[in-house]
Amino acid sequence: MTQRQLRVALLGNPNTGKSSIFNALTGLRQKTGNFAGVTVEKNVGLCNLPNGNQADIIDLPGTYSLFPQSPDEAVPYRLLYDHNSPEYPDVILFIADATNLYRNMVLFTQAADLGIPIILCLNMMDHADKVGIIIDANKLSQSLGVPIIKTNARKSVGIAQLKKAFTEILVSSPTKYTQANVMQMAPFNELSKELGYNTEYQAFIALNVENNLRKNEKSVIAECVKEFRKTHKFDLGHLQRDDLLGRHRQIKLLLNGIVSRQPNTSYLRKQERLDRVLTHPIFGYLIFFAVLFVIFQSIFSLAKYPMDGIEASFGLAETYISGLLPQGLLNDLICNGILPGLSGVLVFIPQIALLFFFISLLEDSGYLARVAFLMEKTMRSVGMNGKSVIPLISGVACAVPAIMATRNIENKRTRLITIMVTPLMSCSARLPVYILLIGLAVPDRNWLGLFNIQGLVLMGMYILGFLAALLAAGVFKWILKNTSKQNFIMELPAYRQPRLKNVAITVYQKILGFTQAAKIIVAISIILWTLSTFGPNHLPWQGNISDNTHLKLEDSYAGKLGKAIEPAIRPLGYDWKIGIAIITSFAAREVFVGTMTTLYGLADDENINGKLIDKMRNAKNEVTGQPVYTVATIASLLIFYAFAMQCMSTLAVTYKETRSLKWTLIQLSFMSGLAYLGGLFVYQVFA
Amino acid sequence: MFLDELKMGDWAIIDEIKNSETLMKLIELGCLPGQEICLKLVAPFRDPIAIEVNGHLISLCRADAKNIIVHKA
Repeated sequence: MTQRQLRVALLGNPNTGKSSIFNALTGLRQKTGNFAGVTVEKNVGLCNLPNGNQADIIDLPGTYSLFPQSPDEAVPYRLLYDHNSPEYPDVILFIADATNLYRNMVLFTQAADLGIPIILCLNMMDHADKVGIIIDANKLSQSLGVPIIKTNARKSVGIAQLKKAFTEILVSSPTKYTQANVMQMAPFNELSKELGYNTEYQAFIALNVENNLRKNEKSVIAECVKEFRKTHKFDLGHLQRDDLLGRHRQIKLLLNGIVSRQPNTSYLRKQERLDRVLTHPIFGYLIFFAVLFVIFQSIFSLAKYPMDGIEASFGLAETYISGLLPQGLLNDLICNGILPGLSGVLVFIPQIALLFFFISLLEDSGYLARVAFLMEKTMRSVGMNGKSVIPLISGVACAVPAIMATRNIENKRTRLITIMVTPLMSCSARLPVYILLIGLAVPDRNWLGLFNIQGLVLMGMYILGFLAALLAAGVFKWILKNTSKQNFIMELPAYRQPRLKNVAITVYQKILGFTQAAKIIVAISIILWTLSTFGPNHLPWQGNISDNTHLKLEDSYAGKLGKAIEPAIRPLGYDWKIGIAIITSFAAREVFVGTMTTLYGLADDENINGKLIDKMRNAKNEVTGQPVYTVATIASLLIFYAFAMQCMSTLAVTYKETRSLKWTLIQLSFMSGLAYLGGLFVYQVFA
Repeated sequence: MFLDELKMGDWAIIDEIKNSETLMKLIELGCLPGQEICLKLVAPFRDPIAIEVNGHLISLCRADAKNIIVHKA
């Protein structure tokens, strides 16, 4: 028998520092990639053990019990209900917040009753000291019958002991918390035997399975459970409630004499004062807007330098490679197709890094939960809730992780509405399009000597996106019926100093994910280059391609395609070149700029090194001789790009998260409709 | 009285939670009948509110608070 790698699952309540422990155990060796539609629900990383072996560490979203109420909470459930699954963990590392042991122990006892070997990790010990909570860990370990390790993941305290504990022989903890009064309501021991479980409680947990399977997922366990529930009538919700209540009672007795409190009033008062200010009716909002302002300012001002650097180095690479390779199709493909396309995307990395840096900083500190608290009522009036604020804000970076961040919303309608409207928030891919178009139409001057007008228009675009999201949400609220009575219940975690190492790892992982999108960009660049280099009467085997003259763009396939859709987009003020750009940027918005660069680079041989913005400014309509980019056309394009659903990755993630082709198509069509009508309206008004 | 009738800083004990979905979520958060709580924060526009349970803050909206029967401690 080959020895399987040890699988350790990190289980615990939300906000207990699981990710810090995960990062401390695995470092950068994490197998994540949640970009470009690759939805990964649990992170897996490698950990070197002191005995020379390796362990797979599985980081799970936080949950309060094994009775899931949101898609986030279903992830640990799905890992734990099927003991025959190849993913089933060998060990559970239970991460408990030492300041809130009483509540954390409920999930702990549930996990212990499953019969998997379990290690209890008391995390945030530093915080417990500050608050004034003292835990007699030896006594706790004795009465639970499991090993206990105290950690402070932020300072890497206790991590070596954790790794050592994984190598020791672990025995299943006694399943002594199973509630007798609950278990006698039906013959769960029979079901357990039938399913081959080791403990009765595993069968009880499996009763939920039907609601937590993926779409079209088949499960033998689900079939058995269905039969069982048909023959034995009982109110499952009622039993689950009694199960939790019984556990609470038991834990209270158990912790008596183990946990003691000597409240540190000055520390607690400091936390309270922070809350009073940050959720204040006036200061709360002022601080929130100031925070947003600082974030956007730094994204635009700080990111500029590395962005210029990336663009300049691509420019150098193009010149170098162009000189290195012999003139011809290959040279042309690399220097006018692939490299500009890549540069147009990689140039976003500084901005994305900064945005994720700020968002994870705010999340780590506990502030984002206060923002949710502050915005809950406003959000609810349009059918969302406080928990929708975080996805909406993240949507400014990228809709893909933002849509995945809706998973902690329990209410199905609220979650669906949030997913539907999040892509209306102006994401970082729209930024280069905005910058190019605003640069064309708006003078680079200051207003009142203070505000840069271009900057103001840009901010206006972000506000427009946000208002459109609220408005669309209101419409969805009006259409969809609410089926759940539970509205908004959320923990406000204690304020903590964010840990920079954690934030850095998050940013690193996001960028790594983003660069995976480069594959798509290269593919699109090649397709675009092919379409614009060749035409029906201009194919490589026809032998009429000379080395240095391009065919006229309008005779190429791309040109024909643009011309074909021109009648549809003429009322919006666009010509066929813009048509090509719209078609190519259907997969990803940022391709617009790359396409424009390619199109105007190919079309204009004399001035191949000129700036794109100047070429566009000088572009004339072939028939009328009028400038192509009038204020009306640019305004129309801005509106079009603000609303249009031009992102394959977002559609893919919407499909994965809603599990519904219908809602994916609704998202695609309402956004496209909004973009077309908005563009049409604006052009007709301005022209 | 209902939880949403409490004033800032009031201490109270939970008697009953009426809606089953609300109940389940609150039990998970350690907020069950018999538990002592304190109204700590009221958001702008008076909704949502936040209560202290075992030294931790839990926020909930007024609609949910209306399902929770309490008596003053």
